[in-house]
Amino acid sequence: MKITVEQVEHVAKLARLNVQDDEKEMFAEQLSAILQYAEKLNELDTDNVEPTTHVLPLHSVMREDNVRESLPIERVLQNAPEDEDGQFRVPAVLE
Amino acid sequence: MTLFDLGLREIHNRLHAGELSVTELVKDSLQKVGERDEKVKAFLTVDEEGALASAAKLDEKLAAGEERGLLFGLPAGIKDNIVTEGLRTTCASQFLRNFDPVYDATVVKKLRAADSVTIGKLNMDEFAMGGSNENSSFYPVRNPWNPDRVPGGSSGGSAAAVAAGEVYFTLGSDTGGSIRQPASYCGVVGLKPTYGLVSRFGLVAFASSLDQIGPVTRTVEDSAYVLQAIAGHDDRDSTSANVDVPDYVSALTGDIKGLRIAVPKEYMGEGVDPQVKESVMAAIRQLESLGATWEEVSLPHTEYALAAYYLLSSSEASSNLARFDGVRYGVRADNPDNLLDLYLKSRSEGFGDEVKRRIMLGTYALSSGYYDAYYLKAQKVRTLIKQDFDRVFEKFDVIVGPTAPTTAFAIGSQTDDPLTMYLNDILTIPVSLAGVPAISIPCGFADDMPVGLQIIGKPFDEQTVLRVSHAFEQSTDHHKRRPQI
Repeated sequence: MKITVEQVEHVAKLARLNVQDDEKEMFAEQLSAILQYAEKLNELDTDNVEPTTHVLPLHSVMREDNVRESLPIERVLQNAPEDEDGQFRVPAVLE
Repeated sequence: MTLFDLGLREIHNRLHAGELSVTELVKDSLQKVGERDEKVKAFLTVDEEGALASAAKLDEKLAAGEERGLLFGLPAGIKDNIVTEGLRTTCASQFLRNFDPVYDATVVKKLRAADSVTIGKLNMDEFAMGGSNENSSFYPVRNPWNPDRVPGGSSGGSAAAVAAGEVYFTLGSDTGGSIRQPASYCGVVGLKPTYGLVSRFGLVAFASSLDQIGPVTRTVEDSAYVLQAIAGHDDRDSTSANVDVPDYVSALTGDIKGLRIAVPKEYMGEGVDPQVKESVMAAIRQLESLGATWEEVSLPHTEYALAAYYLLSSSEASSNLARFDGVRYGVRADNPDNLLDLYLKSRSEGFGDEVKRRIMLGTYALSSGYYDAYYLKAQKVRTLIKQDFDRVFEKFDVIVGPTAPTTAFAIGSQTDDPLTMYLNDILTIPVSLAGVPAISIPCGFADDMPVGLQIIGKPFDEQTVLRVSHAFEQSTDHHKRRPQI
């Protein structure tokens, strides 16, 4: 699978990354090489194989619906780049 | 020579007899960090004040004759992707260069309960993505055995700090070999427990179905002690296994008579350095002389593990790292045009190339139209790899082979080609996909660089892994050799 510069741009956008023009070619080449290597998996017939999402037999874990202590708001906001009135502040979402 | 050369039991005895104080032990560690880390660069943050304060408290406890924890007074280092309340935690990323966590990881709480002393936070590949520590966005760690070689990764700081005698033990994290491979390169003991044995609460997630925290130590006995302290179910980690934690230290009997060892031919084939192979074969013969038997076996899907791993781990990473958006913590880019621009700029400025590469690979593998071909396919191949291990463990107690195909390589020699770099993990990755426990212990030297022996066990059978490792270690001298720093 050959990844084009356009595909790099598309994937970068989905991943919320800006990729500089001079980097696009590099990422296209490297991702192509990795995906080409991954083609190897197609040598295996996996039609009747169940996928493994997790090695342990997991099931949803429920706990008692009790109120527990949580972090105070000022601690939660301690690392926020910007905050206001006990909330995280971001640029306007709607113009 | 450091006080650490005394070993855990002797340190305990001297503390008990009043011949040594925790403050002296901690000062010795801080001094060694001061002298040696100029060269090794294993630490990102050193908490001198906090460490001395903890030491003073423990000395009071000692004087009062209170009960002492399992790791009483022992200076420790923590990989910088494990959160420590109030102590900077960066994941070696510019994105988190100003991040001070507001809570402790479960393992950090457990270490405190065991009375160990945190000296500081350890360097790593950014967000644990890499096998050489060259992806640290601050500075690369150097191998204590040779400063021109890499220490391995991603827990390179964790392995180098122990090898250099800067701290008594460290914690690392292993996703595809990130504890075992650096332990191999640095000549120390690195254990990746069974997936689920140790809580991941407070470990900054890379690939959640693979990540596991484990100890790096100088000896197998110390590994057993640290594992004892950190293992166990945690209701804050829903993937934490609800199993009883056995007594690991008492499993170190030295007796391996009748043990059945499997040696996969795929782990001793092409691409494995002849000197590494020779050391590993000598180790297998040593185990045989101690009463074990061995046979060659096949793990037929080994060659597919690397491709499956990179698709799965990158996919999980692309999802996990979505949380770094410049809103709640970490750096935020200046003057964004709007919210979308804030995400784009903050992430692009904050992440290094390897992290971006993996996020994009994962995003691609999960994107519409490619999911079945890449992600689902890789999950199915994971099943085949796991079945390889299940089959061998029906007849054998442990699987033994090299930890890495070579010894530590030169800094800068593999940075141009991500795929070549990935091949260093080819013998640790299948084990991670199967979720089983494995350890790397020193088994010799090739051109004065350490060689690691990998011992792989059945799920939740760390006792056997440690018992075999201990028996081997106690019958050889490799672990006694120290780098000249």
